[in-house]
Order: sequence, then C-alpha cells, then structure tokens
Amino acid sequence: MNNKTDLIEYLLRLGDSALIQGQRLCQWCGKAPALEEELALMNVGLDLVGQARHWLEYAAELLDDGRDADHLAFRRDERAYRNLLLVEQPNGDYAVTLLKQFLYDAWHLPVLTGLSQSSDERIAGIAAKAVKEVTYHLRRSGEWVERLGDGTEESHRRMLAAIPEVWRFTVELIAADDSEQRLCEAGITPDIATTAAAWQASVEAIFASATLPVPTAPNYFYLDARKGLHTEHLGILLAEMQFLPRAYPDATW
Amino acid sequence: MQPGELIASDLGARPAQPTDLGAAWAILSEVMDPEVPVVSVVDLGIVRDLDWQAGHLHVVVTPTYSGCPATEVIESDIRDALELAGFRAPQLERRLTPAWTTDWISASGRERLRAYGIAPPEGSTSKRSLLGESPVIRCPQCGSAHTEVLSEFGSTACKALYRCVECREPFDYFKCI
Repeated sequence: MNNKTDLIEYLLRLGDSALIQGQRLCQWCGKAPALEEELALMNVGLDLVGQARHWLEYAAELLDDGRDADHLAFRRDERAYRNLLLVEQPNGDYAVTLLKQFLYDAWHLPVLTGLSQSSDERIAGIAAKAVKEVTYHLRRSGEWVERLGDGTEESHRRMLAAIPEVWRFTVELIAADDSEQRLCEAGITPDIATTAAAWQASVEAIFASATLPVPTAPNYFYLDARKGLHTEHLGILLAEMQFLPRAYPDATW
Repeated sequence: MQPGELIASDLGARPAQPTDLGAAWAILSEVMDPEVPVVSVVDLGIVRDLDWQAGHLHVVVTPTYSGCPATEVIESDIRDALELAGFRAPQLERRLTPAWTTDWISASGRERLRAYGIAPPEGSTSKRSLLGESPVIRCPQCGSAHTEVLSEFGSTACKALYRCVECREPFDYFKCI
C-alpha cells in the first residue's frame, strides 16, 4: 500500500475537521450570548483555521498537482471533504455548540499529543504547536459542559437534549479504518485505541462532574466522512464558505 | 518564485560584512508587534535566527499561534525594515519547530508589556500544568495579586481576559504557552 496516499487522506481529515469546526464557530460571530464568549469562540476558531492551513499546506505539497492550501479549502466539493461528521453538524443552541466543541477537543488533544511524536517531522512540528492551543480549547469547553450540565434546571435539560443530537457522530472518533491502521503501523500516527481510550476517559470525567449520563459507545453510522459521505449540512456550509473565491476566483485583498 | 523575482534578488546579492548581523539584530529590535506595539519581534522571540546565505540576509521567524492573523504583517514589517536599512531582498524562512513559547519573551519585553497594561505570562511552561492549577496573575495597573479570570480568551489569541478585584480594572493577560 502507498503510504503517501494514506498520508494525504489523513492530512485532509485533520485539516478539514479543523477548518469546518472553525467555520462553524465563526457562524456565532456577532450573535454569541456574551461578549466574552464571542471572543472565545472566535479565538478558538482562529486557532483551528491556522492549524487547518498548516495541515492543508502539507497535503498540497504531497499532492503536488498545482493546488495550494487555499485551493483545497475553497475549490473542493463536498464529496472531496474528509472532515469528521461531528464538526459539520449545525450549531443548534449553546448546549449543542459547546458539547460538539468538547467532544471534538477531547479527541483532538490526545490525537495531536500522539502526532507530536510522529516519525514524520513535519507532522510532529505542526502537532506540537497545536497541542498548546488545543489544551486551552479543551479546558474551556470542558468547564462549560460542567457548568451547564451541573447548572440550572434549564441548562441541565438543554445539555441532556444536546447529547442525542451529536453522540451518534462520535463513532468516527473511536474506530480506525485500514488507511489509519497502516499509518499507525508506520509510526506516523498514534494508535487509535489509545486516543479513543483517552477520549472516553475525558468524556466520562467531565460528564460525571456535569451530572450527565454517558451513553453507550456508538458502533455504526450509515455515512462515512472518510469516504466523502457527509450529512446534508456540509454542502450548505461549503456553499457559504466557498462562495466568494468561487464567484470571484481572482479576488485579492 | 517568478523569474523576475529571481533576477531582482540576484541583483542585491553581496558578501557578508562583519557588522551585518549585529546591525540587522538592532534593526529588528525596533520592529514592533502590530498588536502590542511596545514589544519588538526580537523581545517576543518571533525572530529565531539570523545568518547570511548566498549573498542575502536569512531571517528565521516563528509564528506565535497557528492562526495568528498578524503573522503576514509581522513578516512584511521585518522585510520592509531590513530593506529600508539597505539589506537587499532578505530571505525569510517560517519555522514551526520548536514551537513558539512565552518562555522566549525577554525580561525587558515582559516589563514593557506590564507598563503597557498587559500582564506578562507567569512562570515557565515547563513548570506549570495547563489543566488545573492557575498561577497568580498580578494586576498590571495596581500590582494586586487579587485578580480573577473573566474569560480564557481575550482580545487576541495570545491573551486571556482578567479583572482586578482591588482596583476593578479589567486587563489582558498574556497566556503562558
């Protein structure tokens, strides 16, 4: 099997997930529930878009077909996107937004920590930088899940309602496909069983202090973002995100 | 690189003079961060290395945060300042490894941050644990240690928002990463 093809796919998964999560956060711009929250959401989004750029730049170099990171972000169609299904889900209310962010952060941190030990130096460098940023993201989103889960009757009810909205999409966080397995054997990516266990531990700890029940692990979902099969929400997000560069391909600042 | 750029940069090539690197460091220590215009790119540890390569000054820079929107502005400010001082076509290299850390902010940089009203990063990244313990952040206005965090994220990615309980002033804290 060709490691380069696997590696490009993996870089797209990392980059696209960070980009789409960042784009979703930006949809709160101007209407977050409090000024401090608005700043926090935009800061986290900015970190993620920056990380996406690093991953997509590397993917573009390996692809070596004339496309750059901007091209990958703004000219690929939905089926070519490899982001996690979780991050493309609509923001919903603040409970859904924060739960999505937490479930993503709790996966993102152990993955990046593992990648910072990658045998691929470029990956290790990008990941080591991102780890510092995502540590803050997880601390914040975890504190919010605790605060809302163990908050008022209303906030607890909202958190309870948010769990079934997004939980089924977490199947992708804990199951490796063949391509990831090969990269792991080559020492490029961390063992998914290890990162899945870290994710599970993190979720159980935060849910416990948030007085929220941890559902049983999902084992199947009929769509697979790794094959480009997304929910109906990604296309609409991309239509908005890609409009300007597609309508005005030569536009510059 | 376009063919025209190659010719232009070739034209400026010259052997290094013994005073070049010292002069370049001095120039860069006057290039201020666009978001915090009291600390230089040298104070912040953004400029990692200077040397002379193939007839040009070679500058190694590192971004503070992955998504820092000031990265491009800082790089063009560095290029402009060097060109203005007579360094033709300086070559900038963006390097991610090792990742930038607030440990690299100089002592004078920390003092200038405080004087500007931004609490400098407390302690060293090797000593503190990000998850859990919080260091004591002193108010840059009155010096009180009696402060509270308002938000983990402030006006830019590198800062958190605090409030002094004594003098009631809100302030930015330069996060330790």
